[in-house]
Order: sequence, then C-alpha cells, then structure tokens
Amino acid sequence: MNGTLALAAMAATLGFSMVTAAHADAVSDIQGRGTLVVGVKADYRPFGYLDTSGTIVGFGPDLAADIAKQLGVKLQMVPVVASNRVQYLQQGRIDLILATLTDTPERDKLMEMVQPHYYGAGVNILAPKSAGFKNWDQLRGKKVCLIQGTFTNKDLQAKYGVQGLAFPGTAEAYTALRNGSCAAFAYDDTAIQGELLKPQWKDYDMPLTSIFFTPWSVGAKKGEDHFASLLSGMVTGWHKSGKILSLEKKWGIKPIAFAQQEHDKYR
Amino acid sequence: MQDFWDWFRWLYEATGINLSIFYDAFDRAHFLAGAIMTLRLSAVCIVLSVVIGIVGAWLQESRLKFVRLMVYWYIQFFRNTPPLVQLFFFYFGLGGLLTSATGSGEHVPLVGNVTWAIVSLSFFAGAFNTEIFRSGVQAISSTTIEAAESLGFSRLRIYCLIVFPLALRVSLPALTNNLVNLVKTTTLAYAIAVPEMLYVTSQIWSDELNVPELMNVLLVSYVILAGALAYLMRRWERALHLPGFGA
Repeated sequence: MNGTLALAAMAATLGFSMVTAAHADAVSDIQGRGTLVVGVKADYRPFGYLDTSGTIVGFGPDLAADIAKQLGVKLQMVPVVASNRVQYLQQGRIDLILATLTDTPERDKLMEMVQPHYYGAGVNILAPKSAGFKNWDQLRGKKVCLIQGTFTNKDLQAKYGVQGLAFPGTAEAYTALRNGSCAAFAYDDTAIQGELLKPQWKDYDMPLTSIFFTPWSVGAKKGEDHFASLLSGMVTGWHKSGKILSLEKKWGIKPIAFAQQEHDKYR
Repeated sequence: MQDFWDWFRWLYEATGINLSIFYDAFDRAHFLAGAIMTLRLSAVCIVLSVVIGIVGAWLQESRLKFVRLMVYWYIQFFRNTPPLVQLFFFYFGLGGLLTSATGSGEHVPLVGNVTWAIVSLSFFAGAFNTEIFRSGVQAISSTTIEAAESLGFSRLRIYCLIVFPLALRVSLPALTNNLVNLVKTTTLAYAIAVPEMLYVTSQIWSDELNVPELMNVLLVSYVILAGALAYLMRRWERALHLPGFGA
C-alpha cells in the first residue's frame, strides 16, 4: 500500500474508534462506577416498602439485587414515586426503573420498556367480608370508590354499571370505604393486597378475580439498546427459572395467571 | 342537531382541537349532568346562606349574652377555617359518626356527600353573610331606630320592616361579592366526589387526554355562571334603589 492509502485507512480506523468510544454505553458506565442505581417504590407494599430498620425491601428490590449481582456491581436503591420516576431516569439520577411501571405506548416513546414484562397488576375490589361479593355483576348499581384519573374508571362505570365515587387520593377512598359511603373500593389488586396486610382491614378482603390486567416493565434510558437487551435476557431468565413465582410466595402475593403463563412459556 | 355536534368532530380532525364534550354523546351527557349539579349546588347554597346571614345578623343584636356568644363562635369557626377542610371534616369526620345499621349489619352513613357539601358550603358562606349584613345593619343611624321605637314598633318589627330593608341595600355590593365567591367555591365539592362540573370534566379529560381544551371550557363556563349572577344582582340593586339613600 502506498503512503496516502495507509494514512486514509488509519484516519478511518481512528474515526470509527472515536465514534464508538464517544457513545457512552450504560453497561460500561455502571461497571466502571461499580454501582447500579435503581429507582424502586418505597410506599407500595409488598413491591417496595421500608422495613423497621429503614431499608427498602420487597419484590422489586429483590429483582434489582439480582440484576446488580449479574452485572457484578453493588446495588444502590433510590425511592421514587409515579410522578418522578420517569424524570429521574431521563436526568440520569437512576440507571433503571423497577417501580411497578406499567408499559404503555406513550411511555414506550420516552424510554426503553424491557420486554418481556416481569409482572403486572389488574383491578380488583376491597370490600367487607360480610358483603359477600362473588362476581363483578353484583356491583351493578352499587356505589364503588375509585381514584380520580384512573384509566379504568370509564370502563368500570360503562361496562360493569358501577356507580363511581372518585376521590383525589387513596386516603380519602379508604376512609370513605370504612365509613360505608361506598360498598367497595376498586383499585390495583397489588395495592389492595398490600393494604390487607395491615391489621385494621381484618374484616375486609379482595374477593373477585382481577380484570383489566396491565403489564409492568423494567425501564431503561432511551437509546440504551445494549443495556435493554441484557435486561431482556435477565427477565426471560427470571421467568424461565421460576424466580418470579418463588418471589410471589416469599412476599405473600396472591399468584397471578400472568406469572405462571410466562414461566410455562419460557421453560 | 346531530350536524351541530358533528361539526366539533370535524374541528378535531381538521385542527386537533378536541372538544369531546360536544361530539361524544357519553361525554356530553356527563358534562351536562355536572353543569346541572353545579347550578343546583349554587342555587341551594345561595338561598340557605342568605337565610343564615339574615338570621345571624338578627341574633347578633340579641339581648341574651349566650345567643350573641353562639353567633360569635359560629362565625369564628366557619370564617377562620378553609372550606376544603370543613368539607373533609363534615364528610369524613362527622359522616363517619352519623351511621345507621342496615339489615345485613353493615353501617351506612345517614347523610350523603351532596347533602354534606350543601351544609358545609352554606354554613361557610353564611358566616361571611352574617358579617356582611351586620355591616349593613350598623350603617343605619340610631336616630332612625329611636324614631321607630318612639312610634311603638317592637324589636322584631323594627328589624323586619325598617332596619333590614335598609341594611340590605347597603350590603348588596359585598353580598354580590360573597355569592359569586360561593358559586366558585362549589368546585371544592369534587374532593368528596360530588359530581359537579370540575369533577366530571376531570374524569373526561383523563380518558380523552384533552386537558387544555376542557380547561378552557371550564373557565368559560364559570365566567358565564358568575357573570350571570353578578348581572342579576346588579339589576336587583338598581331595582331596590331608594332615592336619597346611598349612591
């Protein structure tokens, strides 16, 4: 090769290597740092809550610990809520969202929603045991407490004929249920399960089968394809090995059909 | 009529301005129900609060110290606490205590959320109205009252026939202020799930995601409602005008 061609080849190689070096890959960042920062819920029992010593424990934190172990780094958990988790991810304050994040097409545009989904929630009711509800049709015409802004409210009222009483926050809805202002409270079955663990609800239960199932995804920053594909492999592994099912048992979560289906699919 | 509604569907498709409360029958029915509930709350609360104001202003002049003290504490409680806190107190606090047992042994509240909203808002505006009417009553010069007493009027007849009619004319501008405020304050009832206009509209925009359009519709609706009330009060003021008394 003559001189100019060699120079051109060297310049091209340098150029390409600079391009690949400039693209900061999340995985290499995390491994370079030695810590994985995960956003988890700290107020949503048993998917992420504070135990008596103040550490965040639960279904989500256990999965986060597994990801950190597989990447070979330490785990740092940051408590998040629904209104700030996406922003924290976009700002780079957290590397991952593992906080009961529902997969929707709008969110898919903002970030990487890792497929397959790791878990999900449906809508169920919290009602007094004495009311004896067995199926959704029994709620027709009855007053049911709801949360304002929930996307399932319209269907519950139109399709199942409930008389909806929508409150701005969960505290008001729980109080209205206790006062008897409504016959039942329709909300995420996962949240109701967590609430039923509290002693004040010993005369209540969650009697119906869940409807309107919505899947949850692990969320990573937009454009991190390598990281997302790594996570996808990990989630598939969880379903394959039955880790999701065993975590359900560990945290006393009522088993959902989705978890069993995914386990059977990937086994 | 359907053509009129369909124009709004064309508007959405052509410009992206989503006024689903016009073209969608379900949303339309809900919005109308919400508007009727707001009108109902406003009308009932206005009437009740004015009655409370008239009675309260009368009781403030009572010879019995106990009665005067009761009115004083009523005003302090309802004027010095936020109306939203009062609504929560009545519906969640008192409502939880006033229950009766149904056949199956469960306890249901005796008073519904609409009734509590009416009670709470009427008492809230009534406290302000009492002070507004008191300012009107105090504007009547004592010579007028002495002249009435010398003619043999009883205290009640002086209040009903002489003092209050004049006091009303003096306090009408402040009363208009308070009643317009009351109409806007009815939106707070959404916090106890009363299906008035704000509650219904927030349900619609969380389904259809047309928040800016519906926010503007709400704003315009309340401007029209409050404006109509203010206009009627102004007309009433002019009709009640006494030549030589006041402006």
